[in-house]
Amino acid sequence: MELCSFLTLDKFITDPLTHDFMRKALLMSSLVAAVCGLLSSYLTLKGWALMGDAVSHSVMPGVVVAYALGLPFSLGAFIFGVGSVALIGFIKQKSRVKEDTVIGLVFTGFFALGIVLVSKIKSNIDLHSILFGSPLGISLSDVKQTIFISLLVVILLSIFRKDLMLYCFDPRHAKTVGINVFFLHYLLLTCLSLAAVVGLQSVGIILVVAMLITPGATAYLLTDKFDNMTVISVLSAIISSLIGIYVSFWFDLETGGSIVLAQTFIFLFAFLFAPRYGIFKLKKLFAGHK
Amino acid sequence: METINYQNFRIDAENICVDYNGKVALYDANLRLKPGQICGLVGMNGAGKTTFFNALTGFVNISKGKIRINGESVRSAQKDQTIAYVPQNEGIDSQFPISVWDVVMMGRYGSMNIFRCPRESDVQAVKDAIERVDLTDHLSTPIGNLSGGQRKRTFLARAIAQRASILLLDEPFSGVDIRTEKLISELFIQFKNEGKTILLSTHDMIHVREFCDLVLLINKTVVAYGETSEVFTPENITTTFGGISPDFLFGPES
Repeated sequence: MELCSFLTLDKFITDPLTHDFMRKALLMSSLVAAVCGLLSSYLTLKGWALMGDAVSHSVMPGVVVAYALGLPFSLGAFIFGVGSVALIGFIKQKSRVKEDTVIGLVFTGFFALGIVLVSKIKSNIDLHSILFGSPLGISLSDVKQTIFISLLVVILLSIFRKDLMLYCFDPRHAKTVGINVFFLHYLLLTCLSLAAVVGLQSVGIILVVAMLITPGATAYLLTDKFDNMTVISVLSAIISSLIGIYVSFWFDLETGGSIVLAQTFIFLFAFLFAPRYGIFKLKKLFAGHK
Repeated sequence: METINYQNFRIDAENICVDYNGKVALYDANLRLKPGQICGLVGMNGAGKTTFFNALTGFVNISKGKIRINGESVRSAQKDQTIAYVPQNEGIDSQFPISVWDVVMMGRYGSMNIFRCPRESDVQAVKDAIERVDLTDHLSTPIGNLSGGQRKRTFLARAIAQRASILLLDEPFSGVDIRTEKLISELFIQFKNEGKTILLSTHDMIHVREFCDLVLLINKTVVAYGETSEVFTPENITTTFGGISPDFLFGPES
């Protein structure tokens, strides 16, 4: 296969690997994609896409404040991420405004606060890399943080895998058999905030919600088994990350956008050709030819 | 008159009230059920049937009153796997990627360790439960591929696998085929003989007469409660349904 007359597939894959920053970017983005992809199954089944969008935007002021104070940016992001959810819950309970409206107004408020803070706190904060991600320019301390947070989320999701599945599927039954639904709710929110924090390094705050819902949605079209869904979701997220980074390297495109576009294309492919749930139902087509 | 021994009651709900953000959904409701009793919960949509169930399972907190399950708190009933809830078909996401086996296994979660690893006894309980509802041919079928009746039986199997002594069923007969309806009625008789207590909500007046020893008519609060033969009268039903005549509900022949 030749992409251009001078560029073979072999060269396409190996050339970028000679650069240190590319190896790091590929590794870290794959890790981040895997974590977000894993969580994505739960979020899509729970119907938390909007919540994912809210949390990921709301971490903005946290990142800015943490940078300004010299704290780990993940800490600030986490506090604001969980804080936004708490605020959403509070306003929803104490007012007659509908939930999706509350979510919309809280996260835009937080996001706006973040932008205003950036303009006021003149430091070395790179607004562009927060908004659009900078997987190619990731620092060593960021690498450590990302690995730590990723492992934490993976461990939490693994331990409570079945409980979280039950919580997404039938919280009432969970409660009836004495499982702590309150805990699971906040566990999932915590994982969401943490995943948003690591995800924003790859694709930035604006697009991180894609990392949290697209792989799950793709997998949902391809299987009827929850375990398979998580596997497919993680794989499609990792593959999208690799494709996105390679394509952005060779064609000099924005990396975060490329990663998310790759995810979108994989979703569209599943949407059209998924064996059971695709528009063209490949299985039926093949069966017809037998 | 004998003194009341609360231990004798499986369910003892006393003057319970539930409100959602200040909006009253249920007030001053009472219910006492003994082992082996089947009670029908009848009321309009929005009369508080589901709220009543939610209060008994602990899914919502009551703002007033007291609920004792086997003489103890709802919390300890949850821990002891005493209550099983069988949802309405509409109350669950039928497109969730999960098989019959996995749904029924969820009935065992409460008695497993934190990783929810099934033991031999759990596997056996699930097998037996699935057999009792006649779904052995559908163990690995995703619930999205089941008929309404089969799905209902799946959740019934989950309740059986849980080995609960109290079954709460939300509209068990709605949207099911005749075969499932027959199987459910047979199971009810078995449950009764096993000493289980059953509370079921239904829109179908014929089912109430057929299965229910007791009936609880509610419209935000208890309109009438007692033996079906005494309480399930046209007058009470009319009151429960806000003045609609029972002729309309039963059809002209009754």
